[in-house]
Amino acid sequence: MSHIVINTTINGEATEFLADERDSLLEALRERVGLTGAKEGCNNGNCGACAVILDGRLVNSCCVMAAEIEGSQITTVEGLAQRDHLSPLQQTFLEDAALQCGICTPGFLVASHALLAQNPDPTEHEVRFWLAGNLCRCTGYDKIVRAVLHTAEQMRKA
Amino acid sequence: MQAVKYVRAASVQDAVRLLQDGGATARVLAGGTDVIVQARERRREIRLFVDVKHIKELIGVSYSARGGLTIGAATPCYQIYGDANVRQRYPTLVDASSVIGGTAIQGRASLGGNLCNSSPAGDGIPAMIVLEGVANIAGPGGERTVAIEQFCTGPGRNVLAAGEFVVSLHFPAPAAHSGARWMRFIPRNEMDIAVVNAASQLRFDGNRVSWARIALGAVAPTPLLVAEAAAAVVGKPLSDETIAAAAAAARSAATPIADMRGSIKQRKHLVGVFTERTLRGAAERAQGAQ
Repeated sequence: MSHIVINTTINGEATEFLADERDSLLEALRERVGLTGAKEGCNNGNCGACAVILDGRLVNSCCVMAAEIEGSQITTVEGLAQRDHLSPLQQTFLEDAALQCGICTPGFLVASHALLAQNPDPTEHEVRFWLAGNLCRCTGYDKIVRAVLHTAEQMRKA
Repeated sequence: MQAVKYVRAASVQDAVRLLQDGGATARVLAGGTDVIVQARERRREIRLFVDVKHIKELIGVSYSARGGLTIGAATPCYQIYGDANVRQRYPTLVDASSVIGGTAIQGRASLGGNLCNSSPAGDGIPAMIVLEGVANIAGPGGERTVAIEQFCTGPGRNVLAAGEFVVSLHFPAPAAHSGARWMRFIPRNEMDIAVVNAASQLRFDGNRVSWARIALGAVAPTPLLVAEAAAAVVGKPLSDETIAAAAAAARSAATPIADMRGSIKQRKHLVGVFTERTLRGAAERAQGAQ
């Protein structure tokens, strides 16, 4: 096993950690950094449960090598809330009951966050297309899509 | 995961040397959406990832009327379909690159990677074939250029020799009165591997088709350029009859397998349907361009 030192910025904080050279970003976040918000679902890029934002782009952290992120900026689901205040998306997901078992929720929140950052007024079609790479096996998609549209509406009014 | 090492290449020459030194178990790492999964699932023996994303020639899109379009081989899909020149002049690349995987895949996956993964069903490949794309390859022997339709040699196999990798993809500037379209059939609305994909390009001289290219994917060991199908529409106005002749020629050229995604009969049928739809789509775009 060969270990490497990685310097990166995670949720706005400079972070240095030791990783196995074979770690995916997902494994490094969960097992080396202790951020367990990103979930391992399929571990092959199909389900989106491990979604994070890497240098401004939505990616599946299971399909990124930890060694690749040296010098990068990462946002995980843990970075969405401001201290004790949930982000508008998180608050609306709760209030609109846009989750059932919750395993897919971090991925949906991060993906939706990335969408609203670049498109504050998406259509339902745009939301569904953007979130096509996030799977919910409770199949609660309608409430998720409505919560994203609802959040966008609230944020535009705010 | 296999005991894989990681190294960042600083230049094209650096990458060639690293790949050569790494031998048969060294792989180029671009978006990683295929190759990291293959390493994890041990579908390939991989001992070294050579990350090429920090080489300047590998990332970015540039266009000039004289030189055409050059796309760095590791440029992620979102950057390709977000490029103003690609959107205006090469909408066929938008057709394919905007539906490869979902948003998170498109944040990393590249058309160069799609080509080098050399899947028979690779969505970008028929689109790049009808646009007369070429792969610019660097290796120990220097640089060479291979037409996209000659690049893949079998499922997961291609012309790249030891130490070689694709630096960029190049497409000529679109001809006057031309249009091209790429489509695929999947049973879902998105996020799936093609049962069949297809692309057509048409050029018109007046109302006659003066030049055509038709390419198919997921119906042979490699994506196919089907010259007989194109010949069926050239020299005449595009009509129901010439389209039917092209579709029949495309069906004859297809040698699909049956798997969980579709039967041979269904794939053969779809080849005809998507030859027709992409020809009509290409003609529509050519009209818009006139």
